[in-house]
Amino acid sequence: MAVVMEPPKEAQEAWEPRIVAFFCNWCTYAASDLAGISRVKYAPNMRIVRVMCSGRIDPSFVLEAFRDGADGVLIGGCNPGDCHYKEGNYKTMRRAMLLSQMLQDLGIEKERFRLDWICASCARELQTTVNHMTADLKRLGPLNWKGV
Amino acid sequence: MNPPAEAPRIGVFVCDCGFNILGVVDVPAVVKFAAALPGVVHAEEYKYMCSDPGQDLIKKAVQEHGLNRVVVASCSPTLHERTFRRVVSEAGINPFLFNMVNIREGVSWVTEDKVQATEKAESLIDAGVRRVTLQEPLEARSEPVNPNVLVIGGGIAGMHASLSLANANRGAKVHLVERQPSIGGNMARFDKTFPTLDCASCILTPKMTEVKIHPNIRLHSYSEVVSVDGYVGNFDVTIEHKPRYINEDLCIGCLKCIEACVFKDARFPNEFDLGLAKRKPIYIPFPQAVPTKVLIDPHDCLYLRLGTCKKTCIDACEKDAIDLEQKPDRVSLKVGTIVVATGFKPFDARRKPQYGYGVLPNVYTALEMERFLSPTGPTEGVPLLQDGRKPETVGIIHCVGSRDKNTNEYCSKVCCMYSLKLAHLIKERTGAEVYNFYIDMRTPGKGYEEFYERLLSEGLKVIRGRVAEVTKAALTRAEKDHLIIRAEDTLAGFVRRIPVDMVVLAVGLEPQSDTQELRRMLNLSCGHEGFLQELHPKLAPVSTATDGIFIAGACQGPKDIPETVAQAGAAASEALSLIHRGVVEIQPYTAVVNEELCSGCKVCIGMCPYDAIGYDEEKRVVHVTEVKCKGCGVCAAACPTGAMDQQHFRKELVMAEIAGVI
Amino acid sequence: MAEKPKVALYWCASCGGCEEAVVDLAEAILDVVAAVDIVFWPVALDFKVSDVEALPDKAIAVSFINGAVRLSEQKEMVELLRRKSQLVVAFGSCSHLGGIPGLANLWDKASIFDWSYSKAPSMEPGATTRPMTKIQVPEGELELPEFWDTVKSLNQVIDVDYYLPGCPPTPKLIANAVQAILTGKLPPKGAVLAGTKALCSECDLNETKPDKLLIQDIKRVTEVQLDLKKCYLAQGVLCMGPVTRSGCEALCINGGMPCTGCFGPVQESPDYGGKALSFVASIVDLEDPARAQEVLAKVADPTGIFYRYSLPTSKLGRKKMPRRK
Repeated sequence: MAVVMEPPKEAQEAWEPRIVAFFCNWCTYAASDLAGISRVKYAPNMRIVRVMCSGRIDPSFVLEAFRDGADGVLIGGCNPGDCHYKEGNYKTMRRAMLLSQMLQDLGIEKERFRLDWICASCARELQTTVNHMTADLKRLGPLNWKGV
Repeated sequence: MNPPAEAPRIGVFVCDCGFNILGVVDVPAVVKFAAALPGVVHAEEYKYMCSDPGQDLIKKAVQEHGLNRVVVASCSPTLHERTFRRVVSEAGINPFLFNMVNIREGVSWVTEDKVQATEKAESLIDAGVRRVTLQEPLEARSEPVNPNVLVIGGGIAGMHASLSLANANRGAKVHLVERQPSIGGNMARFDKTFPTLDCASCILTPKMTEVKIHPNIRLHSYSEVVSVDGYVGNFDVTIEHKPRYINEDLCIGCLKCIEACVFKDARFPNEFDLGLAKRKPIYIPFPQAVPTKVLIDPHDCLYLRLGTCKKTCIDACEKDAIDLEQKPDRVSLKVGTIVVATGFKPFDARRKPQYGYGVLPNVYTALEMERFLSPTGPTEGVPLLQDGRKPETVGIIHCVGSRDKNTNEYCSKVCCMYSLKLAHLIKERTGAEVYNFYIDMRTPGKGYEEFYERLLSEGLKVIRGRVAEVTKAALTRAEKDHLIIRAEDTLAGFVRRIPVDMVVLAVGLEPQSDTQELRRMLNLSCGHEGFLQELHPKLAPVSTATDGIFIAGACQGPKDIPETVAQAGAAASEALSLIHRGVVEIQPYTAVVNEELCSGCKVCIGMCPYDAIGYDEEKRVVHVTEVKCKGCGVCAAACPTGAMDQQHFRKELVMAEIAGVI
Repeated sequence: MAEKPKVALYWCASCGGCEEAVVDLAEAILDVVAAVDIVFWPVALDFKVSDVEALPDKAIAVSFINGAVRLSEQKEMVELLRRKSQLVVAFGSCSHLGGIPGLANLWDKASIFDWSYSKAPSMEPGATTRPMTKIQVPEGELELPEFWDTVKSLNQVIDVDYYLPGCPPTPKLIANAVQAILTGKLPPKGAVLAGTKALCSECDLNETKPDKLLIQDIKRVTEVQLDLKKCYLAQGVLCMGPVTRSGCEALCINGGMPCTGCFGPVQESPDYGGKALSFVASIVDLEDPARAQEVLAKVADPTGIFYRYSLPTSKLGRKKMPRRK
């Protein structure tokens, strides 16, 4: 049944969104390490899948994550010009542009898919990104693709 | 990809890391959870997995339970992946049948809620187990390390690193690149160093000479690194030598050409003296410059600027060393390791206009004061006011551009100590009364606090409080014709106005202005303040995220000379350790093509920034040149069919991980 | 002489093109008819459902079913044919992948009915007629098939043995498939009876690609004078050849139109649309975000282009409809 009902209030409160995060090894994964070393706390909803370069991220991975039950997908890579592999992140940028459009066509709200450039020393930015995204997802409610 | 050859027998080892993980994650519950996962035949907990007993425990479990795949859930793979791969390998398992799950930096250190932390750790381990189940045995590749080293920056850090390397590295060359016409860096500008007050030149000049004459060091002064390619052990470097308009090989440093210049007076600001002294278009930066070779500033030289001059310099040169047609010249080098020692930039005091720098007379930066105090400086060691008098009172303002939300929030670390040094030297040379305005007096270091005590006993006046402004607006007769320093004395609890003749601004240390370009060229990271980022503050303080590139000195953060030299030694030793090992391991995360599936569409070829993919006209499929592939996986993501994949990051592995974390 | 193998042909949600493709076998169809005994073919022959129901289970050697499944009646029919057949072949893109009707998964029943029966410009404004599954008429209660929210491929409803891809499958592939079935020389169950690599492998224009296939702009086929002797992608025109299974021998491309992907993904592909999107975004060689966005915006309707034939069988399958109050 494609008509989605509002989940009951109490269920919504207990529910915690799940974010699948694809981070590049050199910048955003390093930022997550730095967040750890600096004890920068953030929402516990994110699960990191490490790849060497954000350019490795096949849009199919993002689709797979949503299908499997992710409420949000976050891609983290090096800032433009800073890619450890010269230009992988530009490919990520362009794929994300088209993918974001396609996901919205498929009824997945814009806030559920993010690409953020988070540098190796950007532990605070990582914290802000994860916290904001978690808050956005709590507002949107579960995606629950299996029930679509 | 092919399914695993034998049924997985996975061991999961969960680390308490003392209380680092155990304090937040319910480790026994996690172990129980892991033991029930498909393929897991053994799961256990230990205090410190990375310790010797922890490593032995893994090896023992491999034997006892016939494990063929291993997951360790502990800290970040950046820290200990290598350690555990070695352990697993010693236990007889291919090191790529190991997976590390980060439950410290990724979980316990960043999560407050214990229940959620435990749940997060469990889902990450679930993903790790699913991933390891599908991982394939791989072989790391070995590449020889070129013994030559590139050192960028010829200050005290770069010189010390170069000498350490050159002394140990017989037969191999150290290429020291300095963009200024002379090596020596900022230290060459100092008169004395704290806290021992030994003469900077006496320490530095012999070192500079040693660099020059060392058979294993090739000095590229007045040169810049323009490109760096390749990877650890095998970097390709291009250096550009800027034209000095002097043939360096012929110039003997007699300086007769300078005398002969058509400009009879020195009228152009001398960069080394920060513009406080003048030079001619043809000059040497300072008397002890190394190399002791003259150079011509093309912006000042009549011939180079306008094309007409009597060229008296050429007539004066007995060696025919002057070459006014000289062009920039590029050299290509191969090196195996790189030491970055590019130093700092002093804070621009104009950014604190309330202190009047550049507007009010007799307001100087600390570095300018260093030149005034130097016997070879503009006033030959005695600081003088602009009217030629000796100052009777001098105010030194600490923390200019440091510990300041409007400029730099960090402490520049060296300013308190150098301000005390300057106070001592100014008193010594001029007899002036010196006031130091500080926020906190920070003197940790061997002999530093004692130096502060000594200064206090010498009658130094210290006022605790950030200075609000320096002004000429006198309110009283005593203030007339003086600079008035207005500051709240936070110990006395009222606002003071101290009239002085001269103000010295203890400017902080900032990253060099082209750090970003350097960082991009070398693939390094910068911290928030813009200084180069070390790999780990404690465990790898001179290493960087790019293997084979090390950092030393103030390019990594503000530090004093002893620390800089210690870091330079450490960076040299890290480089040497690589050189002496002789080979580097290259991770086998390379791209692989399934020829059965490849349609030869060529999409991947244009993706590769390293030209590692070619087209086989005969088979009509693409092929990967493994040694050129750096393992980013961009081609695998772009491949329209899935024929291209990345070893150790195959789509099945990523998909398994995704399934696990949800 | 042994009994001729029984064959059934059926259509679900389809345009009829696949039926045409069978007729397009031309003279060869006579050989087929001679070799087999057609027991059910609603488009061409007058058999009733009761005729099929009367057959013993597995009596039909092979059923060729085209069209996607989107009505309860279609489900009943394909389940019946499955029961009566030894082999079921999903015939054509709709049956194989969901096809063009599968794009209806960007809506649901309510929104489609809203549009078709109320909002679409009409000669009868304000009409409120809606299809119903049951209706009372003087003669009694009539039952009509139920319209589903989600369009499905054949294998999402019944077990499928083989797939004949294409919109429609080419005569050559149909003839090959029939031949293979008649001679029993069949590949492993689940195989797609076409090429295994992507279309570039059999496209003549592949040789004309530059060493690095990178483009600065995207153009619609109507905006350029296509050089028919040069790879269309290299000319900035989107061609789904690199991501689409081969077997059609580049029919469209040889006819002057780029590939739109009716043969669907190759075996190893994780997701047709994901891969199509990825390769297109990757080869647009622009680093400036504004310029890249501008050029990528020329992929009008990325979902429609990249999932033209395969939305129901894609990872996400359909659109998640907005919540209704």
